[in-house]
Amino acid sequence: MEEFKFIGKPVDRLDEREKVTGAAKYVDDIEFGPNLLYAEIVESPYAHALIKSIDASEAEKAPGVIKVVMGKDFPYKFGLYMKDRYIFAQDRVRFVGEQVAAVIARDPKTALKAAKLVKVEYEPVPSVFDPIEALKEDAPVIHPELGNYPHVPWFFPKGGTNVAHHTKVRKGNVEKGFKEADFVFEDTYRIPRYAHCCMETHIAVGFLDYSGRLTVWASSASPHTQRNLFADVLAPLGFSHKDIRVIAPYVGGDFGGKAGVTMEIIAVALATAVKGHPVKIMWRRDQEFYNTYMRQQVISKIKVGVKNDGTITAFEITNYWDAGPYVEYGANVVNASGLSATGPYRIPNVKIDSYCIYTNLPAAGPYRGFGYSEMLFSVESHMTRIANAIGIDQVEFRRRNAIREGDSLAYGAPMNPNGLLEAIDKVVKEIDWGKKEISNDPDKAIGKGFAIFWKAPAMPPNVSSTAFIKFSEDGSLNIIVSGMEIGQGYLTAMAQIAAEILTVPPEKIRVELPDTDRNPYNWQTVASQSTWGNGNAVKRAALQIRDRIFEVVHEVYHYDKDTLYLEDEKVKCKLHPSFELPLKDFVIGGIQTEDGTYRGGAIVGSGSFMPEFTSAVQDPETGQGGHPNVHYTVGAAAVKIEIDKQTGKVRILKAVEALDAGKAINPMNIKHQIYGGLLQGFATALYEDMRFDENGKILNPNFTDYKIPTSLDIPDEVVPIIVEVPQPDGPFGARGIGEHPMIPAAPLIANAVEDALGIRIKSMPITAEKIAMAILNGKKEVDDFLMIMKK
Amino acid sequence: MKKISFILNSEKRNVYVEPNDLLLDVLREKLGIKSPKYGCGRGDCGLCTILLNGKSVRTCLILAIEADGQEILTVEGLSKDKLTPLQESFINHNSFQCGFCAPGMIMTATELLEKNQNPAEEEVKEAISGNLCRCTGYTPIIEAILDVNKK
Repeated sequence: MEEFKFIGKPVDRLDEREKVTGAAKYVDDIEFGPNLLYAEIVESPYAHALIKSIDASEAEKAPGVIKVVMGKDFPYKFGLYMKDRYIFAQDRVRFVGEQVAAVIARDPKTALKAAKLVKVEYEPVPSVFDPIEALKEDAPVIHPELGNYPHVPWFFPKGGTNVAHHTKVRKGNVEKGFKEADFVFEDTYRIPRYAHCCMETHIAVGFLDYSGRLTVWASSASPHTQRNLFADVLAPLGFSHKDIRVIAPYVGGDFGGKAGVTMEIIAVALATAVKGHPVKIMWRRDQEFYNTYMRQQVISKIKVGVKNDGTITAFEITNYWDAGPYVEYGANVVNASGLSATGPYRIPNVKIDSYCIYTNLPAAGPYRGFGYSEMLFSVESHMTRIANAIGIDQVEFRRRNAIREGDSLAYGAPMNPNGLLEAIDKVVKEIDWGKKEISNDPDKAIGKGFAIFWKAPAMPPNVSSTAFIKFSEDGSLNIIVSGMEIGQGYLTAMAQIAAEILTVPPEKIRVELPDTDRNPYNWQTVASQSTWGNGNAVKRAALQIRDRIFEVVHEVYHYDKDTLYLEDEKVKCKLHPSFELPLKDFVIGGIQTEDGTYRGGAIVGSGSFMPEFTSAVQDPETGQGGHPNVHYTVGAAAVKIEIDKQTGKVRILKAVEALDAGKAINPMNIKHQIYGGLLQGFATALYEDMRFDENGKILNPNFTDYKIPTSLDIPDEVVPIIVEVPQPDGPFGARGIGEHPMIPAAPLIANAVEDALGIRIKSMPITAEKIAMAILNGKKEVDDFLMIMKK
Repeated sequence: MKKISFILNSEKRNVYVEPNDLLLDVLREKLGIKSPKYGCGRGDCGLCTILLNGKSVRTCLILAIEADGQEILTVEGLSKDKLTPLQESFINHNSFQCGFCAPGMIMTATELLEKNQNPAEEEVKEAISGNLCRCTGYTPIIEAILDVNKK
């Protein structure tokens, strides 16, 4: 096996010292000077209404108010995959909290006061919050113009309905598959909405200077995609890409919520309205809940046929996604998870229908897991129940049906190399699977849960990543990329990749945060593809530098390039052991020759990477024919929980999770992703519990009523396991793992609760209350679901 | 506007404030101290935690005038010369990911270690339970705090 010096090592995070000293700058920490203005949003109190009139005259008269802007000032649509969103509502509002107008003032308090003076006259119209209700013939149509909206070619909106997109996958013959089965199991699962709860709320500052240059500072995972969207939206005002610059300093959490464009577009619009003034818009915590993206609600109807020996013969699933009123990004969650809705199983006959449905709840979109965290609750709950029903151990059942390298995926392409079986085996051993444990306390019940999972990056087929690398005089490096450090350890991973090739240690490397003027292109930091895609770009840039170094040394010393190598920041030669030339001696100023002249000059490298085997060209009726995903990262996980039978409270005694990272660039960072991702997942499974009133208004947009985990809520023990079956096209074999730790958490809990109590809970969250009530009422199956409160 | 003064990270500072100005806003907007962050505005998350006369407070919940004549310590104050053993331990454990909770977490843990040099794991968890972190699952933070006085 190849020996690495920096790859695969727990290299310290490059950004930790800045973060521990308070030096790390986030958008709101940047000073914008005394000319800075602040904006406050006038929000819709209705889930669905027509705007009859807006009167801002009183607000505009208030001292300190500069301007009030509204929909008529910006009649432009935008959207990443589908243009269905406006900067401000035009003639219609579609959720409670939607931006109708903005007041720009000298200070935030004035803006807030003046926003209350803007008079908006609405005519409420019927609204719909349930995705299945929204499919009914008499349901209110949320986007009457849907048929005319521009969208990517692999989306299929149905004009005149609330279906924004419908992904269909048909493989084999599902009817025949069910006929071949000895048992067919069918049920429905419900997954509510969730909130990302980044510690830093969304913030953006827009500034249009008097020369016509627009700069946006944003808490963003997507600076280049934002610039592209801003340029598109502002084209009618004469802006092009070169006029727009997006700067993304450190981001205080993302989890999918800061991907694409949400409120940043407002800062851009406001900047154009108050030329010469930077204008800041920052969400308060409640706005962060309802006016970015939420995670989508899903109703999942699943039907699986198996033979007596446990072989799966047919799989049919219909997922109804409540994507809210704007699905410009969320529709791709529906699409991507639709293509992969089988979970990591080898199944000959598959029928998948994934509906992206407009509702009047707030806009929903990407959240860590990108649909897989949601839909695998139903798949992995169901697989456990099937195994139990036919009397096969659920792990053995999974092993028997686990997808393997080369198996055909639901859409026909082959499965990539993967360590799924190895992950299963390692988790089985660590959790002591098969050993039933009984609590000494008669009020407590112990149960174990198991789940397997997968996820592929969801992205357009031609996503590019690029990197620049340059030296300083002391031989240290700057890597200039546009991936975002969202906490996952991206900067460190990129440094490790360059370090390995150039032998410059990571502590002598800086990796720069994105600025679209200076840093080369990267699509977005989403999809758990940055280590893979950006890593490949950085690797290519480093290799280009290495080639250039050898070329210059060859030119001066005439050693054959093939005999040269790098070691400890020096160029060495296999044939001349006494030769060594430190990088710092020539990477800026070149190498002096005998006649006193120099060769070489400052050395820089660039690298670009785009997958060339992917395609989204597929038959819309069957999903067959394309190669939409670059690869899947797989894993297995288990928990052991203890339930208090009096209160229903779940305590996680042990959690084990194995991920196939291909090659762990930094095993420490992977372990840290597992600690964080699992806890985030357990919280969605157990207590994060979003509620809306009967009019679609969120009732708990704060951390008192929407509980995210504290230090007291962590499992007693977490065992992270890294499996390494290399990804042939990944840098050093690596593939992404950032989202994955969260994905199995919810079915793990559901499966463990059933193991402990014999109670199957089919709706999330699996709260203590739900468990306790089921025990009290002697219920064996629970599908209570309460996200929208009734009158 | 009222003039108030206090010792901020060992420096005497004077500042004019409105009676209803929050300490968080005054530190950030008028005094250039950016480490306390806004997270919730109601004391739920702990991002804006500082030490006031050695005791942790949420600067989103107190008025600036309440700090008149008192002593304030933030992460900037801890970092002036060499870092504290707690900060070094956080670096060694690579405890933080996005880092947004770090300043508040560090101040809470600083207070804990002032009172109790060798806290038990449960005491650490209890002490930082008002400081939310969405990234780390807390484990690397708890380990770093437990490790400070072990070496």
